[in-house]
This record gives sequence, structure tokens and C-alpha cells, in this order.
Amino acid sequence: MNRILSFVFASATTIGLAFNASASDFITLASTTSTENSGLFSSTLPQFTAATGIQVRVVAVGTGQAFEIARRGDADSLLVHDTSGEQRFIENGFASERVDVMYNDFVLIGPADDPANVSAANSAADAFAAIADARAPFASRGDDSGTNRAELSLWKDAGVELDGDWYRELGSGMGPTLNTAAAMDAYVMSDRATWVAFKNRQNLTLLFEGDEVLFNQYGSLLLSEEKHPYLKHDLAKQWHNWLISEAGQQAIANFKVNEQQLFFPNAK
Amino acid sequence: MENNNALYVALSLVLNLDATLYQIVILSLQVSLLAVLVAAVIGFPLGAAVALWRFPGRGGAIIALNAMMGLPPVVAGLTVYILLSRAGPLGEWGLLFTPSAMVIAQVVLVLPILAALSRQKVDELLGEYQEQFISLNMSRSRMMPTLLWDARFALLTILLAGFGRASAEVGAVMMVGGNIEGVTRVMTTAIVLETSKGDLPLALGLGIVLLTLVMLVNAGAYVVGELTKRRMG
Amino acid sequence: MTSLNVPMMDAALIAPLPSLHFDDVAFSHQGELLLGPCSFTLGGVGPTLVMGPNGAGKSLMLRLAHGLISPTQGSVSWSCGERPRQAMVFQQPVLLRRSALANLTHALAVNNTPRKARMPLAREALARFGLAARADTPARVLSGGEQQRLALARAWALSPSVLFLDEPTSALDPAATKAVEAAVQEFHQRGTRIVMTTHDLHQARRLAGDVLFLSGGKVREHTSAESFFNGPASKEAQAFMAGELIE
Repeated sequence: MNRILSFVFASATTIGLAFNASASDFITLASTTSTENSGLFSSTLPQFTAATGIQVRVVAVGTGQAFEIARRGDADSLLVHDTSGEQRFIENGFASERVDVMYNDFVLIGPADDPANVSAANSAADAFAAIADARAPFASRGDDSGTNRAELSLWKDAGVELDGDWYRELGSGMGPTLNTAAAMDAYVMSDRATWVAFKNRQNLTLLFEGDEVLFNQYGSLLLSEEKHPYLKHDLAKQWHNWLISEAGQQAIANFKVNEQQLFFPNAK
Repeated sequence: MENNNALYVALSLVLNLDATLYQIVILSLQVSLLAVLVAAVIGFPLGAAVALWRFPGRGGAIIALNAMMGLPPVVAGLTVYILLSRAGPLGEWGLLFTPSAMVIAQVVLVLPILAALSRQKVDELLGEYQEQFISLNMSRSRMMPTLLWDARFALLTILLAGFGRASAEVGAVMMVGGNIEGVTRVMTTAIVLETSKGDLPLALGLGIVLLTLVMLVNAGAYVVGELTKRRMG
Repeated sequence: MTSLNVPMMDAALIAPLPSLHFDDVAFSHQGELLLGPCSFTLGGVGPTLVMGPNGAGKSLMLRLAHGLISPTQGSVSWSCGERPRQAMVFQQPVLLRRSALANLTHALAVNNTPRKARMPLAREALARFGLAARADTPARVLSGGEQQRLALARAWALSPSVLFLDEPTSALDPAATKAVEAAVQEFHQRGTRIVMTTHDLHQARRLAGDVLFLSGGKVREHTSAESFFNGPASKEAQAFMAGELIE
């Protein structure tokens, strides 16, 4: 009995130690699934860690949830793609500074036979209007993410009322939404990074791209020292500055999937 | 050469001793085993206490325990998230997005299972032993360790049920762990991630590895149980 | 083990046995009177054999005496004031899911026997009841006779002043029954008050010092074994004896 107990304590202690062993200098970064899923972080973070000794722990969630995590003070840094939301975040006092880091773009994906003839559209607005006219199934993330917010404003630009069963709000992340769209042969708007890295395409193909309104700007935010004094502001600042430094911008530009550059650095 | 067969992916993951996979597997086991251990240390005496003592609201407590067995993991995760968040009451501990947070969330999930099922078993055993216990002039608190020890084989099975729930759930650990690569990524959150990348064979392959792992733990517990049963009756 | 012929009166010489008083004791369950009201004293040296037909309330009386249940009326008390050390052996022995030895050490631990004394006491008790070779056997795979002997060994290890036995041999074969009876005698000689129920008239003849006869929840007769078996005074006991003998 005593032997069992001491074994239990010994293993509990071992497990406890194992958890603590990884606690070096690190920051927690709240960011979006598009950056994580595409592999951008796996490619760039090691370079930052090598340069500064700071580990970056990425919690990849939808933009809405990323804001919420940062608002509650559960992350040290924030990298998202919803410029107007980011500005509001600063106005509300949760962040002190925002900089442009990079952009990627949204692309319109759909079934290869393209029933709405989206591939012939001249602009994103035309393409969205064509889908609505054909009442072709469209899979929307419907999760208040940056992509979702961008998509909604594009429908607005195209003058489309979102009613009818052709428009399907899934309430999921980008990946699950692509999976569902593939299963029901629906049109879907995706960020290019997730699309290029996505493997379960089935009948889906890229149908429309290149309109400037589809550009998707990423910004890095420095969180408020007044609201959350205990955050690792010094380390977070190093990360923030590295992203917009020459080294950081180069690391972003160098990241490629299938020979294709997915993020375009544009820090000023 | 590309092969999309999930079983093939699972096999090659294991055979290549993929370092990332190894680390994820170890963390999954650490988190779930520690959670089950902590839940057992609290849950078994709790279950036995509810079986042993009569107190006002006991019926309600039993119903609550039984109902909590069906607690949705996301609800457990959300609750722990709000508690551990910097803006929450336990925010100072700084545990959110750490393995400790995942252990806490899984303890919340597993504890009701261990407590409710052990209460049932101890109740049953108490019915059989009660007269002998009173004859031996045992206090209720003295009965507890005797009952728990004599229920040990049933408790082992209950422990496995708890481990099954802990290692299979994803909602809670995803929410409080954040699925951070190398820090809080476990088997289930990795499966969700690969699914969202559309890499279904890899996701399924990881699923097979997880299932195998759970089966190994179960087989180990079964063998240990059978051996001691044979030795101790 | 000692033979059956050893004179039983030796017991009284060792120490005075605590006597048990039932004072207007009754027990009812859900409004139904199951036992009593009855008053009697178990003094003398015993062993006391509690007899009576099925449903007479023998087991209930034993449980009230041992304190497993509380009377709904009246009181159970002991001559020594406080509750004496006592043990009970049930018809179906209740054994823990552990080895025979561990069953004994557990009882000793519960009894606050010092840790170092437990093992030798347990082994001594096992040996006394012929179970030395079965020490490490799981208690619940022992034969019925062995299980009952283990229950007796457990009681022995606790060295009680009073031992209650509830139909301890009703599920046993003749050889096992003989062993249990020998054990009862041994307890008796050690100076333990024995209170035992049985429906077996021959067993009662072999063991009894005095007889408490119950039927219909009432004490009909309490007398020495000699006078009871020579001719019971109560109608109920007469009828019982006649019925038993016909069988």
C-alpha cells in the first residue's frame, strides 16, 4: 500500500515537473486560423525565437474570439485581419498601437462546373451577384471571423439580400467550412493561405481572384499596459517590432506553399 | 509516393517515431492520466461519502452527480476558461493556455463520473457489509477506506471509464489549452486541426493512433486487474 | 481443538461473564410489532441457545442484543455498565474481498490493536481454527465451512466478552458443523458469553447451558437446558419439540 502511494506521488511529481520544464521566456499570441493552418507560423516563428530567444505560443482562433481573448487579458499579443475592428479595439482602450504587417487575399472557390459562371465575372461584386442570381449554394463561415466580416461587406457591395436556402451559415472555422462546401458542392470564400494548404478539395476549384477589394490586411497590435499591466509587454513589443523589421518581413515573404507565396509583407 | 490511406498514415506515423507525434502522445497521456488521478483522489472518497452518510439534500446530490456525468465538454471548458481567464476570479494563477488548465478542465469532466459510479458501487458493497461493520463497531469514516479497497476492481473499471472520457474529449482542452503547438496540442485537438486543414487521412491516422493508445491503457489495466484478482480474490 | 467432553463450567472460574438485560424491549417496523415486549436477563454461564420456529424473532433478538438495531421501546443493557467487547458470527459469513489473513488483520486494525501485534494474533487465530495453510487464500474462494471458521477466527482474534452466533451451521455439512460447535465450546471455555440461535434441537442439546425459547415474537420460556429438554413448561415449546421430533 505504501509502495503504491509513493509511486503515485512520484509519478505526479514527475508529471508536474514535465509541465514546468517548458517554461522559458515566451509570449502568448492570439491569432487567426488562416495564419496557423497555412503553416506561416511554423516557418517564421523559429527565426524569431532564434533571434531573440523568445518563444511564441500561438492560440489560433477566429478573429472574433481572438479579440475576446486579448480583451480579457489572456494573450500578450494580437495578430488579426479586421482593420476596422482593430481600430475600434484601440479606441476602446484595449490596445495602444496597431501596424500593418502583411496582406493575403481572399479567393472565390466553387464547384468545377461553375453553375453561376463566376469565373467570367469582372469584379468581386459581379461574382457575388452571379452566385445570388443563380441561387447556387454558398457556404458562409457565419462565425463573426475576419473572413466572415469581409464576406458580409462584399455581399453588401454587390447589393445582395441574404435570404433563401442557397445561403448557408455554418458557424465554423475556415477549414471545416471548406470541408462542408466540398461535400455539398457549394461556393465559398476563403483566404488564399488556407485554400492553398487545404487538402480535401474534392470537386472544388479556384474560380475568381485578384480584385483589390479581396485584399486581406493583417495587423499586429500592442495591448494596453494600463488595462493589463501583468502582460509581458516587453517581450510582446519585441515580437511586434520584429514582424515589421526587415528580417520579419523577409521571413514572411520567404514562406511558400507549393512554390506559391501566400502572405505579402507591407509594413510601412 | 503519396498514400492517402488512413491506416497507412497511422502506421507510418508510429513507425517513423515522428518527434512531434511522440510529444503530442506524451502530453495527451500526461494530461488525461493526471486529470484522472486527481479526479480519483477527490471523486472516490466523495462518492463513498455520499453512499455512507445520510444528510439533507442527499437525493439531490446524487441526481446532480449523475446528471453531471453528461456535462458537455465545451461547457466544462467554458466554465474553466472563465475561471482561469485573467479577467476571471483565478486569473492571477496565469494558468490559461497551459497543460495545467487542461488538467483542471478534464478533472471537472471526469470527477462526476468517478464520484457517481463509485457511489453506486460503494452503496452496493455497503448493503452487503453493513451488519458486519456495525458488529465490528466501525465508524462511518473508518468504513470508507475498507469499502473503497474492497471495491478496487470496480473502481479500476470506473477509472478507465474516466480516462476514456478524458482522452476522448476535445471541446474543453481546445478551449482552455488553445491547441498551442508544442505546448498544449494533444491528440484530439491535433485531429481537429488536421481536419480543418482538410487533411482527412492524417486526421484519421491520428485518430487510429489515439484509439490504439486508449486500447493499450485499457489492456494494461485489464491485465493488472486480472492478475491481482487471481492473487487476492 | 478441544473435544466436546470437556466440562463447560470451567468458564465461570476464569472471569464473571457480563450479563445481558432486556428491559421491556420491543421492536416494530412500519407499525407492525415484530418482537416483544419482553424482559429477561441472560446471567449464568450459558451458553444460551435461542430456539424457536422460523419467524419467531430469534435473529431479531440477537441483533437487538448485539446493537445492530435499536429497540423501538425499552432498553438493552449490560451488567458491566458499558457495552462489553462483542462479536457476531452470521449465518452467511460476511468476509471482505481480501485474503483470509487480511480479513483478520483488518478486524484487528479496526479494533485498534497495535500494528505490531496484529500479524501474530491473526496467524495464531487462523492456526487455532485450522486455517493456517489458507492464510493467503482469498477469503471468498474458501469453502462454506472454511468461511464460517474464518468468521469464528476473526471473532476469536478480537477476544470478545460476548459472542453472538446466528444459525452459524445451518448452511454447513456435518463435518463443518462439528468444527463450528467445537469452536463455540472453545470460546465458552475462554470465558466468552455465548448467545446463539439454532433450529437444530440436537445441536441445542449438545451445546446449551440455558435455553431462551421464542415464538411469535414473544419469549415463551427461559430455563436451564436440563429442564427444557426434560419437558418444556410452555405450550409453544412443547409443540415445537413435538414437531421437531416428528420431523
